[in-house]
Amino acid sequence: MIPLSYYLVLSGILFTCGVLGFLIKRNIITIFMSIELMLNGVNLSFVAFAAHWHALSGQVFVFFVMVVAAAEAAVGLAIIIAVYRTRETLNVDQVNLLKL
Amino acid sequence: MTPQTLSPLLSILPILPLAGAAINGFFGRQSSKKTISAVALFFCGAAFAVALVVAFSFSSADAPYSFPLAHWIRSGSFSVDFEFYLDQLSLVMLLVVTGVGFLIHIYSVGYMWDDDGFYRFMSYLNLFMFFMLTLILAKNYLVMFIGWEGVGLASYLLIGFWFTKDSAASAGKKAFITNRVGDFGFLIALFLMIKHFHSLDFTKVFEQVHTWPTEAAGVGTLTAIGLLLMVGAAGKSAQIPLYVWLPDAMEGPTPVSALIHAATMVTAGVYMVARSHVIFEHAPNAMLVVAIIGTLTALFAATIGIAQTDIKKVLAYSTVSQLGYMFMACGVAAFSAGIFHLMTHAFFKGLLFLAAGSVIHGVGGEQDMRKMGGLRTYMPWTFLTMSIATFAIAGFPPLAGFFSKDEILWKAYSSEYGSWVFWLIGVTTAFITSFYMFRLWFMTFFGDYRGATAPDTHGHSDHGHGHDHGHDPHESPWVMLGPLVVLAFLSVVGGWVGIGGRFEHFLAPVFQSGGEIAAETGEAASKVTEYILMGISVAAAVLGFLLAWTLYISRPQLPARIAESLGGLYKAVSNKYYIDELYAILFIKPVIDGSTDILWHGVDQGAIDATVNNTATAARHVSDEVRHMQSGNLRSYAGWVAAGGALVIAYMVWMGVR
Repeated sequence: MIPLSYYLVLSGILFTCGVLGFLIKRNIITIFMSIELMLNGVNLSFVAFAAHWHALSGQVFVFFVMVVAAAEAAVGLAIIIAVYRTRETLNVDQVNLLKL
Repeated sequence: MTPQTLSPLLSILPILPLAGAAINGFFGRQSSKKTISAVALFFCGAAFAVALVVAFSFSSADAPYSFPLAHWIRSGSFSVDFEFYLDQLSLVMLLVVTGVGFLIHIYSVGYMWDDDGFYRFMSYLNLFMFFMLTLILAKNYLVMFIGWEGVGLASYLLIGFWFTKDSAASAGKKAFITNRVGDFGFLIALFLMIKHFHSLDFTKVFEQVHTWPTEAAGVGTLTAIGLLLMVGAAGKSAQIPLYVWLPDAMEGPTPVSALIHAATMVTAGVYMVARSHVIFEHAPNAMLVVAIIGTLTALFAATIGIAQTDIKKVLAYSTVSQLGYMFMACGVAAFSAGIFHLMTHAFFKGLLFLAAGSVIHGVGGEQDMRKMGGLRTYMPWTFLTMSIATFAIAGFPPLAGFFSKDEILWKAYSSEYGSWVFWLIGVTTAFITSFYMFRLWFMTFFGDYRGATAPDTHGHSDHGHGHDHGHDPHESPWVMLGPLVVLAFLSVVGGWVGIGGRFEHFLAPVFQSGGEIAAETGEAASKVTEYILMGISVAAAVLGFLLAWTLYISRPQLPARIAESLGGLYKAVSNKYYIDELYAILFIKPVIDGSTDILWHGVDQGAIDATVNNTATAARHVSDEVRHMQSGNLRSYAGWVAAGGALVIAYMVWMGVR
């Protein structure tokens, strides 16, 4: 039996990778993937807890997160395509029209 | 007639003029002038007719009648109802107001015919009648107060009738604001009554006052109520120190001056004091104040009247002075004498104003007496009626003014509240009155016409008329002369009802219902005194006549020399003792300065506006700093999110540790 802490450590690593990627990368698609990574890191901790405590609500929550993530992917990718069509770049540092 | 049959008559009485006012007010703009005058005269005449019917069916034995009309305020044990009340006092007022009012309505049709605001004018006049009748017929102080405020409103509207003229608009405001000062006193008196008597009903209040001891010394509740009522009366009836509005009110059309500012409205204060006589009889100190104010006003206003050159201003100060007489009478508990003078004054002063209006009409709007003169040949009827009125107000027997003024002077001397001081000042005033009235008479009607007859005499000071001026003075039309003749007749015979104390006797049930009036003076010795005093007051009137004749007929160059030798004193008198200027420094300037510096710049701009503005400025400054966070750079946003998340986690960890 793998102890709960392993799952949580892995979940933490995934989440930290996501945060770092989110902060460091300039390519919008990479940033997007980092967000997915964070979500899945959280998902992992959810299912780990659900299995540990034999509670189904954690698993139900994971389904919700997946649904949201799917919806987000649809909208997000659409935005990315629209941005690329108008700006011809995926570098977020150059997408800064709202700047002061 | 029984009260049951009188009741419907009385309840429609004030409604009639109100209906006239409403019809003319709403539809007058589209109607022809004939329709407007028909409506106004019909409703006012109907009120007069009803008043006559009421008077004929009135029987002193059944009086007072009271007519409940509707419930009004019911609050716990306190209640005020819409109730009318008719006793001898209100009957006299009713006849004077509707009678003189009707005559002045007729006159106004002629006088105002060419004015663009004709329908407005007639509507306001009817409205005034409504409120005045409410005031007179009220059974409690609150209904009276409705009428009281209403006549003030009508007065304001009519003084400022030619509102495009700045002076008229200001005069209207001055009258209204000065009256507010008085009304403030009146209202507080009502509050005191509610507190101490739990009622505003005349009968109930007076019943309770009877059970109170007379306040011989100091200022008790009754004295306070009396003094506050007098403040109200001083405002409405133009007594010192609130008289300043009345001379300015002459900016209104002349019929208004006659109806409101001479015959009826300004006497409301006298009526109110006479109505509250029970309170005053239980508060001799308050009554003394009334007498002093009345006496001083009589003398003071009369002296100002000497040096005025505007014909209406002379009459205005004369009105203030005559009202002073009435208050003098009330102040020595001779209430019926005061009401008697109120009635005769309504006749002859109404007549004087109407005749003055006829003169002004005839000379094309000129009001300055120095530009009149010799008018008796041009306008014989005006001259005749005005002469009667002048002799009447001067106190020549057997005209109306003689009887009432003499009654007051005699009471001022003989009443237990009276004193020879009041009498002496009263006689002096009678002399001055006679002098300035004959001065007016001589300057207007005798000598040669001094007005310019050239076509450029456009003196539009009182006339909205579009006359083509320039031709000689002319007599007024009969629609104006008719009322003059009727009033002249009344000015002659009006005093005769007082012969042998009949008028006093008629009013006696009202004024003796509670407290005792000054003891009857039936002894032979006092009769002799009375005749001597009467002789002196007639002598004073004759002396005034002779002095005026000397100065303005036989030696016309003398007045200028006298004025010159008096120097400063004459200047002070002709400038009305600089009272307006004094008030401007004492009251108006502090109010304006206080409003500007404290209320406007201090409170409004400093506190209220500043709070709002400073909030906005602060928000802008904070935003100026904070907006730098919104850089438009996506990765800096990500950084803020991460930092925020880290903070939340740190906080939760910290909480968890604790």
